[in-house]
Amino acid sequence: MLTDVKILDVQKIRKDFPILHTLVHGKPLVYFDNAATTQKPLSVIQKEEEYYNTLNSNIHRGVHSLSQKATTAYEQAREKVLRFINASRLSEIIITKGTTDSINLVASSFGKKFIKEGDEIIISHLEHHSNIVPWQLLCEEKKAVLKVIPINDKGEIIFEAFEKLISEKTKFISVVYVSNSLGTVNPVKEIIQLAHSKNIPVLIDAAQAIQHFKIDVQELDCDFLAFSGHKLYAPTGVGILYGKEKYLEEMPPYQGGGDMISSVTFEKTTYNSLPYKFEAGTPNIAGVIGMGTAIDYLNEIGMDLITSYEKDLFEYANAKLSSVEKLTPIGTAENKLSVFSFALEGIHPHDIGTILDFDGIAIRTGHHCTQPVMQRFGIPATARISISFYNTKEEIDFTADALKKVFEVFG
Amino acid sequence: MDSELRELYQQVILDHNKSPRNFKKLEDANHHAEGHNPLCGDHLDVYLQLENDVVKDISFVGNGCAISKSSASLMTAIIKGKTKDEAEELFGKFHDLVTGKLKNTDEIEALGKLAVFQGVQEFPARVKCASLAWHTLHVALNNTEEKISTE
Repeated sequence: MLTDVKILDVQKIRKDFPILHTLVHGKPLVYFDNAATTQKPLSVIQKEEEYYNTLNSNIHRGVHSLSQKATTAYEQAREKVLRFINASRLSEIIITKGTTDSINLVASSFGKKFIKEGDEIIISHLEHHSNIVPWQLLCEEKKAVLKVIPINDKGEIIFEAFEKLISEKTKFISVVYVSNSLGTVNPVKEIIQLAHSKNIPVLIDAAQAIQHFKIDVQELDCDFLAFSGHKLYAPTGVGILYGKEKYLEEMPPYQGGGDMISSVTFEKTTYNSLPYKFEAGTPNIAGVIGMGTAIDYLNEIGMDLITSYEKDLFEYANAKLSSVEKLTPIGTAENKLSVFSFALEGIHPHDIGTILDFDGIAIRTGHHCTQPVMQRFGIPATARISISFYNTKEEIDFTADALKKVFEVFG
Repeated sequence: MDSELRELYQQVILDHNKSPRNFKKLEDANHHAEGHNPLCGDHLDVYLQLENDVVKDISFVGNGCAISKSSASLMTAIIKGKTKDEAEELFGKFHDLVTGKLKNTDEIEALGKLAVFQGVQEFPARVKCASLAWHTLHVALNNTEEKISTE
Protein backbone atom coordinates (compact mmCIF):
# COMPACT_ATOMS: atom_id res chain seq x y z
CA MET A 1 0.00 0.00 0.00
CA LEU A 2 1.26 3.44 -0.80
CA THR A 3 1.61 5.72 2.14
CA ASP A 4 1.50 9.45 1.92
CA VAL A 5 5.17 10.34 2.29
CA LYS A 6 5.88 14.05 2.30
CA ILE A 7 9.10 15.07 0.66
CA LEU A 8 10.71 18.42 1.12
CA ASP A 9 11.00 20.22 -2.20
CA VAL A 10 14.30 21.98 -1.65
CA GLN A 11 14.22 23.90 -4.94
CA LYS A 12 10.87 25.36 -3.98
CA ILE A 13 12.18 26.17 -0.50
CA ARG A 14 15.21 27.95 -1.95
CA LYS A 15 12.95 30.31 -3.84
CA ASP A 16 11.70 31.56 -0.47
CA PHE A 17 15.15 32.86 0.48
CA PRO A 18 16.22 35.82 -1.69
CA ILE A 19 19.82 35.85 -0.44
CA LEU A 20 20.44 32.32 -1.72
CA HIS A 21 20.35 33.75 -5.23
CA THR A 22 23.15 36.27 -4.74
CA LEU A 23 26.65 35.85 -6.11
CA VAL A 24 29.86 35.92 -4.06
CA HIS A 25 33.08 36.48 -6.04
CA GLY A 26 30.94 35.84 -9.09
CA LYS A 27 29.83 32.40 -7.87
CA PRO A 28 26.43 31.38 -6.52
CA LEU A 29 26.38 31.67 -2.74
CA VAL A 30 26.69 28.35 -0.90
CA TYR A 31 25.69 29.26 2.61
CA PHE A 32 27.06 26.82 5.17
CA ASP A 33 27.30 29.10 8.18
CA ASN A 34 23.82 28.37 9.48
CA ALA A 35 24.97 27.71 13.03
CA ALA A 36 26.13 31.34 13.18
CA THR A 37 22.89 32.67 11.79
CA THR A 38 20.25 31.43 9.38
CA GLN A 39 19.02 33.27 6.30
CA LYS A 40 15.57 34.81 6.33
CA PRO A 41 12.63 33.78 4.18
CA LEU A 42 10.95 36.50 2.14
CA SER A 43 7.83 36.34 4.33
CA VAL A 44 9.87 37.37 7.38
CA ILE A 45 11.63 40.17 5.51
CA GLN A 46 8.31 41.44 4.16
CA LYS A 47 6.70 41.25 7.58
CA GLU A 48 9.33 43.54 9.07
CA GLU A 49 8.89 46.00 6.23
CA GLU A 50 5.13 45.82 6.52
CA TYR A 51 5.36 46.57 10.24
CA TYR A 52 7.32 49.77 9.63
CA ASN A 53 5.08 50.72 6.72
CA THR A 54 1.76 50.14 8.42
CA LEU A 55 1.96 49.46 12.16
CA ASN A 56 4.97 51.21 13.66
CA SER A 57 4.16 52.52 17.15
CA ASN A 58 5.03 51.62 20.70
CA ILE A 59 3.36 48.65 22.34
CA HIS A 60 1.50 48.31 25.65
CA ARG A 61 1.19 52.09 25.89
CA GLY A 62 -1.00 54.05 23.54
CA VAL A 63 -4.77 54.00 23.33
CA HIS A 64 -4.53 54.91 19.69
CA SER A 65 -5.28 52.36 17.01
CA LEU A 66 -1.75 51.84 15.75
CA SER A 67 -0.40 51.09 19.20
CA GLN A 68 -3.21 48.65 19.83
CA LYS A 69 -2.64 46.88 16.54
CA ALA A 70 1.10 46.70 17.13
CA THR A 71 0.48 45.32 20.62
CA THR A 72 -1.84 42.67 19.25
CA ALA A 73 0.66 41.63 16.59
CA TYR A 74 3.44 41.52 19.17
CA GLU A 75 1.41 39.40 21.58
CA GLN A 76 0.36 37.10 18.75
CA ALA A 77 4.04 36.38 18.18
CA ARG A 78 4.33 35.37 21.84
CA GLU A 79 1.40 32.98 21.37
CA LYS A 80 3.09 31.48 18.32
CA VAL A 81 6.22 30.85 20.37
CA LEU A 82 4.10 29.26 23.10
CA ARG A 83 2.54 26.83 20.65
CA PHE A 84 5.86 26.20 18.89
CA ILE A 85 7.51 24.91 22.08
CA ASN A 86 4.24 23.62 23.56
CA ALA A 87 4.37 25.74 26.69
CA SER A 88 1.15 26.04 28.64
CA ARG A 89 1.19 29.63 29.88
CA LEU A 90 1.96 32.92 28.17
CA SER A 91 3.37 34.14 31.49
CA GLU A 92 6.22 31.68 30.92
CA ILE A 93 7.29 33.11 27.56
CA ILE A 94 9.69 35.99 28.09
CA ILE A 95 10.86 37.91 25.07
CA THR A 96 14.57 38.78 25.18
CA LYS A 97 17.31 39.96 22.85
CA GLY A 98 18.58 36.43 22.23
CA THR A 99 20.05 33.33 23.87
CA THR A 100 22.86 35.25 25.54
CA ASP A 101 20.40 37.74 27.01
CA SER A 102 18.13 34.90 28.18
CA ILE A 103 20.95 33.09 29.98
CA ASN A 104 22.24 36.30 31.53
CA LEU A 105 18.74 37.01 32.79
CA VAL A 106 18.55 33.69 34.59
CA ALA A 107 22.12 33.80 35.92
CA SER A 108 21.59 37.29 37.23
CA SER A 109 18.06 37.04 38.58
CA PHE A 110 17.91 33.43 39.75
CA GLY A 111 21.44 33.85 41.05
CA LYS A 112 20.61 36.96 43.03
CA LYS A 113 17.77 35.20 44.79
CA PHE A 114 18.88 31.60 45.17
CA ILE A 115 22.68 31.24 44.91
CA LYS A 116 24.78 31.56 48.05
CA GLU A 117 28.41 31.19 49.02
CA GLY A 118 29.67 27.63 48.56
CA ASP A 119 26.80 26.62 46.25
CA GLU A 120 27.68 24.80 43.06
CA ILE A 121 26.51 25.35 39.49
CA ILE A 122 27.09 22.71 36.82
CA ILE A 123 27.68 23.36 33.12
CA SER A 124 29.30 21.13 30.48
CA HIS A 125 32.57 21.29 28.60
CA LEU A 126 30.60 21.79 25.38
CA GLU A 127 29.18 25.18 26.33
CA HIS A 128 29.38 28.27 24.19
CA HIS A 129 30.97 31.23 26.00
CA SER A 130 27.50 32.67 26.64
CA ASN A 131 26.66 29.68 28.82
CA ILE A 132 29.97 29.90 30.67
CA VAL A 133 30.69 33.55 31.38
CA PRO A 134 27.34 34.55 32.98
CA TRP A 135 27.80 31.71 35.48
CA GLN A 136 31.42 32.64 36.11
CA LEU A 137 30.35 36.21 36.86
CA LEU A 138 27.69 34.92 39.23
CA CYS A 139 30.10 32.53 40.96
CA GLU A 140 32.62 35.31 41.39
CA GLU A 141 30.03 37.59 42.92
CA LYS A 142 28.49 34.99 45.22
CA LYS A 143 31.64 32.97 45.95
CA ALA A 144 29.90 29.97 44.43
CA VAL A 145 31.69 27.22 42.51
CA LEU A 146 31.37 26.35 38.82
CA LYS A 147 31.63 22.63 38.00
CA VAL A 148 32.12 21.34 34.47
CA ILE A 149 30.91 18.01 33.05
CA PRO A 150 33.85 16.59 31.06
CA ILE A 151 33.63 15.27 27.49
CA ASN A 152 35.24 12.25 25.84
CA ASP A 153 37.34 12.17 22.66
CA LYS A 154 34.21 11.97 20.52
CA GLY A 155 32.91 15.19 22.02
CA GLU A 156 30.17 13.58 24.13
CA ILE A 157 29.58 14.45 27.76
CA ILE A 158 30.57 11.71 30.21
CA PHE A 159 27.30 11.00 31.99
CA GLU A 160 28.87 9.04 34.86
CA ALA A 161 31.07 12.04 35.59
CA PHE A 162 27.95 14.22 35.64
CA GLU A 163 26.31 11.88 38.15
CA LYS A 164 29.36 12.24 40.37
CA LEU A 165 29.40 16.03 40.07
CA ILE A 166 25.90 16.40 41.45
CA SER A 167 25.84 16.94 45.19
CA GLU A 168 23.77 18.61 47.85
CA LYS A 169 25.65 21.78 47.01
CA THR A 170 24.41 21.76 43.40
CA LYS A 171 21.86 24.54 43.01
CA PHE A 172 21.60 24.95 39.25
CA ILE A 173 22.48 23.12 36.04
CA SER A 174 22.82 24.84 32.67
CA VAL A 175 23.67 22.76 29.62
CA VAL A 176 23.59 23.10 25.87
CA TYR A 177 21.17 20.91 23.88
CA VAL A 178 23.24 20.79 20.69
CA SER A 179 26.90 21.86 20.58
CA ASN A 180 27.50 24.71 18.15
CA SER A 181 31.10 23.72 17.49
CA LEU A 182 30.80 19.92 17.28
CA GLY A 183 27.13 19.20 16.67
CA THR A 184 26.88 16.81 19.63
CA VAL A 185 23.31 16.33 20.87
CA ASN A 186 23.36 16.11 24.66
CA PRO A 187 21.11 13.68 26.56
CA VAL A 188 19.25 16.59 28.10
CA LYS A 189 16.19 14.54 29.06
CA GLU A 190 18.33 12.24 31.22
CA ILE A 191 20.15 15.23 32.67
CA ILE A 192 16.85 16.89 33.59
CA GLN A 193 15.43 13.71 35.11
CA LEU A 194 18.47 13.16 37.27
CA ALA A 195 18.58 16.83 38.31
CA HIS A 196 14.89 16.84 39.19
CA SER A 197 15.27 13.73 41.34
CA LYS A 198 17.42 16.02 43.47
CA ASN A 199 15.23 19.11 43.04
CA ILE A 200 17.80 20.99 40.99
CA PRO A 201 16.47 23.30 38.26
CA VAL A 202 17.91 22.98 34.74
CA LEU A 203 18.34 25.51 31.94
CA ILE A 204 18.65 24.16 28.41
CA ASP A 205 20.49 26.31 25.87
CA ALA A 206 18.54 25.44 22.74
CA ALA A 207 20.22 27.96 20.42
CA GLN A 208 21.38 25.18 18.07
CA ALA A 209 18.45 22.84 18.63
CA ILE A 210 15.22 24.81 18.19
CA GLN A 211 15.70 25.21 14.41
CA HIS A 212 16.38 21.52 13.81
CA PHE A 213 13.71 19.55 15.67
CA LYS A 214 10.51 19.89 17.61
CA ILE A 215 11.00 20.86 21.25
CA ASP A 216 8.17 20.30 23.71
CA VAL A 217 9.04 22.03 26.99
CA GLN A 218 6.34 20.17 28.92
CA GLU A 219 7.55 16.81 27.75
CA LEU A 220 11.20 17.77 28.24
CA ASP A 221 10.29 19.25 31.62
CA CYS A 222 13.16 21.74 31.52
CA ASP A 223 12.86 24.61 33.98
CA PHE A 224 14.28 27.15 31.55
CA LEU A 225 14.84 27.08 27.81
CA ALA A 226 16.80 29.76 25.95
CA PHE A 227 17.02 30.38 22.21
CA SER A 228 17.57 33.10 19.61
CA GLY A 229 15.29 34.23 16.84
CA HIS A 230 18.05 34.81 14.32
CA LYS A 231 19.05 31.14 14.26
CA LEU A 232 15.37 30.31 13.76
CA TYR A 233 15.07 32.16 10.43
CA ALA A 234 13.88 35.30 12.25
CA PRO A 235 15.54 38.72 12.55
CA THR A 236 18.53 39.35 14.84
CA GLY A 237 18.13 40.93 18.25
CA VAL A 238 15.17 38.85 19.45
CA GLY A 239 15.09 35.71 21.51
CA ILE A 240 13.10 33.74 24.02
CA LEU A 241 13.43 32.64 27.57
CA TYR A 242 10.92 30.01 28.58
CA GLY A 243 10.80 29.59 32.35
CA LYS A 244 8.55 27.75 34.75
CA GLU A 245 6.27 30.14 36.54
CA LYS A 246 7.21 28.78 39.96
CA TYR A 247 10.75 30.08 39.46
CA LEU A 248 9.92 33.22 37.49
CA GLU A 249 7.51 34.38 40.19
CA GLU A 250 10.21 34.12 42.83
CA MET A 251 12.93 35.75 40.75
CA PRO A 252 13.55 39.50 41.04
CA PRO A 253 13.40 41.70 37.90
CA TYR A 254 16.50 41.64 35.70
CA GLN A 255 16.41 45.19 34.40
CA GLY A 256 14.30 48.15 35.47
CA GLY A 257 12.41 50.44 33.15
CA GLY A 258 9.29 50.80 31.07
CA ASP A 259 6.89 47.86 30.60
CA MET A 260 8.20 45.94 33.63
CA ILE A 261 6.45 48.15 36.20
CA SER A 262 2.94 48.27 37.52
CA SER A 263 3.32 51.54 39.43
CA VAL A 264 6.26 53.76 40.22
CA THR A 265 6.69 56.35 42.95
CA PHE A 266 10.01 57.55 44.27
CA GLU A 267 9.37 55.53 47.41
CA LYS A 268 8.39 52.24 45.85
CA THR A 269 7.87 50.50 42.55
CA THR A 270 5.59 47.52 42.16
CA TYR A 271 6.46 45.24 39.31
CA ASN A 272 4.30 44.15 36.47
CA SER A 273 3.06 40.57 36.30
CA LEU A 274 4.76 37.86 34.26
CA PRO A 275 6.09 37.85 31.62
CA TYR A 276 6.35 41.68 31.55
CA LYS A 277 8.28 41.79 34.81
CA PHE A 278 11.30 40.68 32.78
CA GLU A 279 10.69 42.86 29.73
CA ALA A 280 12.04 46.33 30.48
CA GLY A 281 12.21 48.93 27.73
CA THR A 282 10.85 49.08 24.21
CA PRO A 283 11.75 45.81 22.51
CA ASN A 284 12.56 45.03 18.87
CA ILE A 285 8.86 44.99 18.00
CA ALA A 286 9.28 44.37 14.28
CA GLY A 287 11.79 41.63 15.01
CA VAL A 288 9.46 39.87 17.43
CA ILE A 289 6.59 40.00 14.95
CA GLY A 290 9.05 38.70 12.35
CA MET A 291 9.88 35.81 14.66
CA GLY A 292 6.20 34.92 14.71
CA THR A 293 6.23 34.89 10.91
CA ALA A 294 9.34 32.70 10.88
CA ILE A 295 7.55 30.22 13.13
CA ASP A 296 4.55 30.27 10.76
CA TYR A 297 6.92 29.54 7.90
CA LEU A 298 8.54 26.59 9.69
CA ASN A 299 5.15 25.21 10.73
CA GLU A 300 3.97 25.41 7.16
CA ILE A 301 6.85 23.19 6.03
CA GLY A 302 6.59 21.09 9.19
CA MET A 303 9.34 20.62 11.74
CA ASP A 304 9.27 16.84 11.31
CA LEU A 305 9.93 17.20 7.60
CA ILE A 306 12.75 19.66 8.29
CA THR A 307 14.28 17.22 10.78
CA SER A 308 14.19 14.28 8.39
CA TYR A 309 15.50 16.29 5.41
CA GLU A 310 18.36 17.72 7.47
CA LYS A 311 19.19 14.31 8.91
CA ASP A 312 19.47 12.83 5.45
CA LEU A 313 21.54 15.77 4.17
CA PHE A 314 23.79 15.68 7.20
CA GLU A 315 24.48 11.97 6.79
CA TYR A 316 25.35 12.63 3.16
CA ALA A 317 27.64 15.53 4.12
CA ASN A 318 29.29 13.52 6.84
CA ALA A 319 30.12 10.66 4.49
CA LYS A 320 31.14 12.84 1.57
CA LEU A 321 33.29 15.31 3.48
CA SER A 322 34.89 12.66 5.69
CA SER A 323 36.19 10.99 2.54
CA VAL A 324 38.14 14.10 1.51
CA GLU A 325 41.82 13.24 1.75
CA LYS A 326 43.76 14.65 4.73
CA LEU A 327 40.53 15.80 6.38
CA THR A 328 39.92 15.00 10.03
CA PRO A 329 36.43 15.48 11.43
CA ILE A 330 36.46 17.11 14.88
CA GLY A 331 33.73 15.76 17.13
CA THR A 332 32.42 12.33 16.23
CA ALA A 333 29.53 11.90 18.65
CA GLU A 334 27.05 9.08 17.97
CA ASN A 335 24.19 11.52 18.24
CA LYS A 336 25.14 14.50 16.18
CA LEU A 337 23.40 16.90 13.83
CA SER A 338 23.83 19.85 11.50
CA VAL A 339 27.44 20.69 12.33
CA PHE A 340 30.50 19.24 10.58
CA SER A 341 33.67 20.60 12.17
CA PHE A 342 36.98 19.58 10.67
CA ALA A 343 40.68 20.18 10.21
CA LEU A 344 42.74 19.85 7.02
CA GLU A 345 46.24 18.53 7.49
CA GLY A 346 48.76 21.37 7.61
CA ILE A 347 46.30 24.07 6.66
CA HIS A 348 44.89 26.55 9.11
CA PRO A 349 41.07 26.92 9.14
CA HIS A 350 41.36 30.62 8.28
CA ASP A 351 43.11 29.85 5.06
CA ILE A 352 40.44 27.25 4.25
CA GLY A 353 37.76 29.87 4.92
CA THR A 354 39.34 32.46 2.65
CA ILE A 355 39.93 30.02 -0.19
CA LEU A 356 36.40 28.55 -0.04
CA ASP A 357 35.00 32.07 -0.01
CA PHE A 358 36.40 32.49 -3.51
CA ASP A 359 34.08 29.71 -4.60
CA GLY A 360 31.18 31.50 -2.96
CA ILE A 361 31.15 29.05 -0.04
CA ALA A 362 30.51 30.62 3.37
CA ILE A 363 31.79 28.57 6.29
CA ARG A 364 32.80 29.52 9.81
CA THR A 365 36.42 29.26 10.86
CA GLY A 366 37.76 29.87 14.33
CA HIS A 367 37.01 28.73 17.83
CA HIS A 368 33.22 29.28 17.51
CA CYS A 369 33.14 31.01 20.91
CA THR A 370 33.89 27.64 22.50
CA GLN A 371 37.55 27.98 23.43
CA PRO A 372 37.37 25.24 26.11
CA VAL A 373 36.20 22.78 23.43
CA MET A 374 39.15 23.75 21.23
CA GLN A 375 41.50 23.32 24.20
CA ARG A 376 40.01 19.87 24.84
CA PHE A 377 40.95 18.79 21.32
CA GLY A 378 44.30 20.59 21.42
CA ILE A 379 43.54 22.76 18.41
CA PRO A 380 43.25 26.55 18.10
CA ALA A 381 40.35 26.49 15.69
CA THR A 382 38.28 24.40 13.30
CA ALA A 383 36.55 24.93 10.00
CA ARG A 384 32.81 24.38 10.37
CA ILE A 385 30.12 23.56 7.86
CA SER A 386 26.64 23.85 9.32
CA ILE A 387 23.58 22.96 7.30
CA SER A 388 19.98 24.05 6.96
CA PHE A 389 17.02 22.57 5.12
CA TYR A 390 17.66 24.96 2.22
CA ASN A 391 21.04 23.36 1.53
CA THR A 392 21.44 20.63 -1.07
CA LYS A 393 23.57 17.57 -1.76
CA GLU A 394 24.94 19.39 -4.81
CA GLU A 395 26.28 22.09 -2.51
CA ILE A 396 27.99 19.42 -0.41
CA ASP A 397 29.58 17.91 -3.53
CA PHE A 398 30.73 21.33 -4.70
CA THR A 399 32.27 22.03 -1.29
CA ALA A 400 34.05 18.67 -1.17
CA ASP A 401 35.65 19.52 -4.53
CA ALA A 402 36.52 23.02 -3.35
CA LEU A 403 38.28 21.53 -0.32
CA LYS A 404 40.52 19.56 -2.65
CA LYS A 405 41.42 22.84 -4.33
CA VAL A 406 42.61 24.23 -1.01
CA PHE A 407 45.51 21.80 -1.24
CA GLU A 408 46.25 23.02 -4.76
CA VAL A 409 46.68 26.57 -3.49
CA PHE A 410 49.10 25.36 -0.87
CA GLY A 411 50.93 23.19 -3.40
CA MET B 1 42.77 30.02 -9.81
CA ASP B 2 41.51 33.45 -9.01
CA SER B 3 44.23 36.07 -9.38
CA GLU B 4 43.22 37.89 -6.22
CA LEU B 5 43.58 34.63 -4.32
CA ARG B 6 47.01 34.01 -5.87
CA GLU B 7 47.92 37.60 -4.96
CA LEU B 8 47.13 36.78 -1.33
CA TYR B 9 48.82 33.39 -1.24
CA GLN B 10 52.05 34.27 -3.03
CA GLN B 11 54.84 31.75 -3.26
CA VAL B 12 56.94 33.59 -0.67
CA ILE B 13 54.06 33.42 1.80
CA LEU B 14 53.47 29.72 1.17
CA ASP B 15 57.18 29.04 1.52
CA HIS B 16 57.50 30.86 4.84
CA ASN B 17 54.33 29.16 6.06
CA LYS B 18 55.77 25.76 5.22
CA SER B 19 59.23 26.40 6.59
CA PRO B 20 59.06 29.34 8.96
CA ARG B 21 62.43 31.02 9.71
CA ASN B 22 63.60 31.62 13.28
CA PHE B 23 60.80 29.39 14.51
CA LYS B 24 62.06 28.54 18.00
CA LYS B 25 62.26 29.90 21.49
CA LEU B 26 65.29 32.16 21.92
CA GLU B 27 66.96 30.90 25.08
CA ASP B 28 68.99 34.06 25.77
CA ALA B 29 66.21 36.49 24.90
CA ASN B 30 66.01 39.61 27.05
CA HIS B 31 62.72 40.85 25.58
CA HIS B 32 59.58 38.87 25.00
CA ALA B 33 55.89 39.44 24.26
CA GLU B 34 52.90 37.24 23.66
CA GLY B 35 50.41 38.11 20.93
CA HIS B 36 46.89 36.82 20.67
CA ASN B 37 44.03 37.27 18.26
CA PRO B 38 41.03 36.21 20.37
CA LEU B 39 38.61 36.16 17.46
CA CYS B 40 40.42 33.45 15.53
CA GLY B 41 42.57 31.87 18.21
CA ASP B 42 45.90 32.81 16.60
CA HIS B 43 48.63 32.96 19.16
CA LEU B 44 52.36 33.67 19.03
CA ASP B 45 55.37 34.58 21.14
CA VAL B 46 58.12 36.91 19.93
CA TYR B 47 61.57 36.69 21.53
CA LEU B 48 64.26 39.35 21.18
CA GLN B 49 67.85 39.72 22.11
CA LEU B 50 68.24 43.47 22.23
CA GLU B 51 71.68 45.02 22.76
CA ASN B 52 72.17 48.80 22.78
CA ASP B 53 68.85 49.14 20.97
CA VAL B 54 69.94 46.78 18.20
CA VAL B 55 68.09 43.51 17.53
CA LYS B 56 70.94 40.99 17.77
CA ASP B 57 68.60 38.04 17.46
CA ILE B 58 64.89 37.43 17.10
CA SER B 59 62.62 34.40 17.01
CA PHE B 60 58.98 33.39 17.30
CA VAL B 61 56.81 30.39 18.11
CA GLY B 62 53.08 30.01 17.82
CA ASN B 63 50.01 28.85 16.04
CA GLY B 64 48.25 30.58 13.22
CA CYS B 65 47.13 30.69 9.64
CA ALA B 66 49.49 30.91 6.67
CA ILE B 67 49.23 34.69 6.62
CA SER B 68 50.09 35.19 10.28
CA LYS B 69 52.82 32.56 10.33
CA SER B 70 54.56 33.74 7.19
CA SER B 71 54.26 37.33 8.31
CA ALA B 72 55.99 36.48 11.58
CA SER B 73 58.66 34.49 9.74
CA LEU B 74 59.42 37.25 7.22
CA MET B 75 59.39 39.81 9.99
CA THR B 76 62.07 37.99 11.98
CA ALA B 77 64.23 37.65 8.89
CA ILE B 78 64.02 41.35 8.14
CA ILE B 79 64.25 42.71 11.68
CA LYS B 80 67.46 40.92 12.62
CA GLY B 81 70.24 43.53 12.85
CA LYS B 82 67.90 46.51 12.74
CA THR B 83 67.81 49.17 15.45
CA LYS B 84 64.76 49.58 17.60
CA ASP B 85 63.80 52.77 15.77
CA GLU B 86 64.20 51.13 12.36
CA ALA B 87 62.05 48.24 13.51
CA GLU B 88 59.33 50.58 14.73
CA GLU B 89 59.43 52.48 11.45
CA LEU B 90 59.05 49.25 9.49
CA PHE B 91 56.10 48.30 11.70
CA GLY B 92 54.40 51.57 10.73
CA LYS B 93 55.10 51.03 7.05
CA PHE B 94 53.93 47.41 7.18
CA HIS B 95 50.73 48.42 8.89
CA ASP B 96 50.10 51.04 6.20
CA LEU B 97 50.83 48.43 3.53
CA VAL B 98 48.31 45.84 4.73
CA THR B 99 45.62 48.42 5.40
CA GLY B 100 46.06 49.90 1.93
CA LYS B 101 47.37 53.28 3.10
CA LEU B 102 50.79 52.89 1.56
CA LYS B 103 50.29 53.74 -2.10
CA ASN B 104 53.67 55.02 -3.25
CA THR B 105 55.21 52.31 -5.45
CA ASP B 106 58.78 53.25 -4.46
CA GLU B 107 57.93 53.00 -0.80
CA ILE B 108 56.26 49.63 -1.35
CA GLU B 109 59.27 48.35 -3.29
CA ALA B 110 61.57 49.61 -0.55
CA LEU B 111 59.89 47.13 1.78
CA GLY B 112 61.49 44.26 -0.15
CA LYS B 113 59.95 40.89 0.52
CA LEU B 114 57.42 42.42 2.90
CA ALA B 115 55.67 43.80 -0.17
CA VAL B 116 54.16 40.33 -0.75
CA PHE B 117 51.63 41.21 1.93
CA GLN B 118 50.15 43.95 -0.23
CA GLY B 119 47.40 41.54 -1.30
CA VAL B 120 46.11 41.39 2.27
CA GLN B 121 44.50 44.82 1.92
CA GLU B 122 41.82 43.21 -0.25
CA PHE B 123 40.89 40.96 2.68
CA PRO B 124 39.90 43.16 5.64
CA ALA B 125 39.26 40.11 7.83
CA ARG B 126 42.86 38.98 7.33
CA VAL B 127 44.66 42.26 8.17
CA LYS B 128 44.80 41.20 11.81
CA CYS B 129 46.46 37.92 10.83
CA ALA B 130 49.22 39.75 8.96
CA SER B 131 49.83 42.34 11.64
CA LEU B 132 49.70 40.18 14.78
CA ALA B 133 53.45 39.44 14.74
CA TRP B 134 54.30 43.11 14.25
CA HIS B 135 52.07 44.27 17.09
CA THR B 136 53.73 41.67 19.26
CA LEU B 137 57.20 42.80 18.16
CA HIS B 138 56.27 46.37 19.08
CA VAL B 139 55.38 45.29 22.60
CA ALA B 140 58.49 43.12 22.91
CA LEU B 141 60.74 46.01 21.83
CA ASN B 142 59.28 48.11 24.60
CA ASN B 143 59.56 45.18 26.93
CA THR B 144 56.27 45.61 28.63
CA GLU B 145 56.01 41.82 29.08
CA GLU B 146 52.29 41.88 28.67
CA LYS B 147 49.86 39.96 26.52
CA ILE B 148 48.71 41.88 23.50
CA SER B 149 45.66 41.40 21.41
CA THR B 150 44.78 42.54 17.92
CA GLU B 151 41.14 42.97 18.87
